[in-house]
Amino acid sequence: MNSARNLIAVAVMAGSLAATAAWAETAPDDVKFEDGAVAMSVSGNAGDAKAGAGVFKNKKLGNCLACHANSDMKNELFHGEVGPALDGVADRYSVDQLRAIVANSKEVFGDQTVMPGFYTLKVGKNPAKEFAGKTILSAQDVEDVVAYLATLKE
Amino acid sequence: MKKSILNGVMGGVVAALVSSAAWAEPVDDELVIDGDIKMVVRTKAPEGHPFDEIRSGWQYRTKETRALEVDSFNNPGMLRVEEGEGIWNTADGTEGKSCADCHGDASESMKEVAAHYPKWDAQSNRPINIELMINKCRTERMGAEAYEFDKGGQKSLTAYIKHQALGTPVSIDLTQGDMQSWWEKGKEEYYTRTGQLNLSCSNCHEDNAGNYIRADHLSMGQVNGFPVYRLKQADLVSLHNRFRGCIRDTRAEQPKAFSDELMALEVYVTWRGTGLSVETPAVRN
Repeated sequence: MNSARNLIAVAVMAGSLAATAAWAETAPDDVKFEDGAVAMSVSGNAGDAKAGAGVFKNKKLGNCLACHANSDMKNELFHGEVGPALDGVADRYSVDQLRAIVANSKEVFGDQTVMPGFYTLKVGKNPAKEFAGKTILSAQDVEDVVAYLATLKE
Repeated sequence: MKKSILNGVMGGVVAALVSSAAWAEPVDDELVIDGDIKMVVRTKAPEGHPFDEIRSGWQYRTKETRALEVDSFNNPGMLRVEEGEGIWNTADGTEGKSCADCHGDASESMKEVAAHYPKWDAQSNRPINIELMINKCRTERMGAEAYEFDKGGQKSLTAYIKHQALGTPVSIDLTQGDMQSWWEKGKEEYYTRTGQLNLSCSNCHEDNAGNYIRADHLSMGQVNGFPVYRLKQADLVSLHNRFRGCIRDTRAEQPKAFSDELMALEVYVTWRGTGLSVETPAVRN
């Protein structure tokens, strides 16, 4: 009886722990980059590719088109050429690598890269008050963009 | 069927956009203003410059934008230069003096002058640019209030004075006073990444000059045409306004106009354009 009750209690606790883990967001400073990859979802949730496409083209969010051409968005005018074209990017990088590149590309490509880190607090000098202590994208935005990038196969 | 044809057409459009590298390079066009003043828009870089050759932002603009600078009558910035001429000849302040009362005909007294600014100002122990020189005259000679940044006649009068150096190659004297240390400070700033986007001047204007960032064709960030007539603002834009705009776009706090930071940057970036003609008022996007 007692042991059965304990078992139930353990099961309930385990369940709530699992649920907590599933929802736990990783703070920007706690994101673990290993071998140019981030293995876990930074938001704790799966990404939504459709929402990610929105983040990708939104000038106030990812603004990815400013620097990268992307044939999948042929209806959008003016694709940049500061970074490589993203056609087939999912063939070149795994999801975990894409997550690392979006979160903080300097961890993958080195400090010289022009690409901003979208989920890091390691930023440039004198960030404007409005943006200080904040990341460019939210954890879920990152996951959504990564889910979208994962669809770009040739 | 129709849809696939449409996709094919759109694909072609994208291919044209994607392969924009072919027309991303600056054009090797020559700028002669009013069929008479031959401008240096491409020249050998000064010693110690990261590039072998430097180019005016004019070569990075579209054919239509370039054309606006070829003929003074078509250059919308010239209206403000004329306004500046009016200010030059108008008395102001308790002394009842105009610029012309001391300096006479600007086409003679100011000829080529602005090509050699910023200069060292021993009195304030820092570099001085045309805007601050105007303010110095206003407060010390004319008994007038200093212009606030970008206000009053500051932009027009600066453009008028700089326009008297149209065509003259930029060259500043770094041996005066502490100019060299301000140059060093400006150079350090040029390569320092700022803001949430973590970008330095060099990231765009050195590493990516000639590339497109969205619809913007990144130039070398030369300052030989300031104040420039910017089509986007449909007005003259001062150099420190543009510096502040770029820094704001990195999502950083903006230094004040004429602050030590921006004066040092003006010294350094002006040097980066050594040999290019003064184009004021240049026409840009």
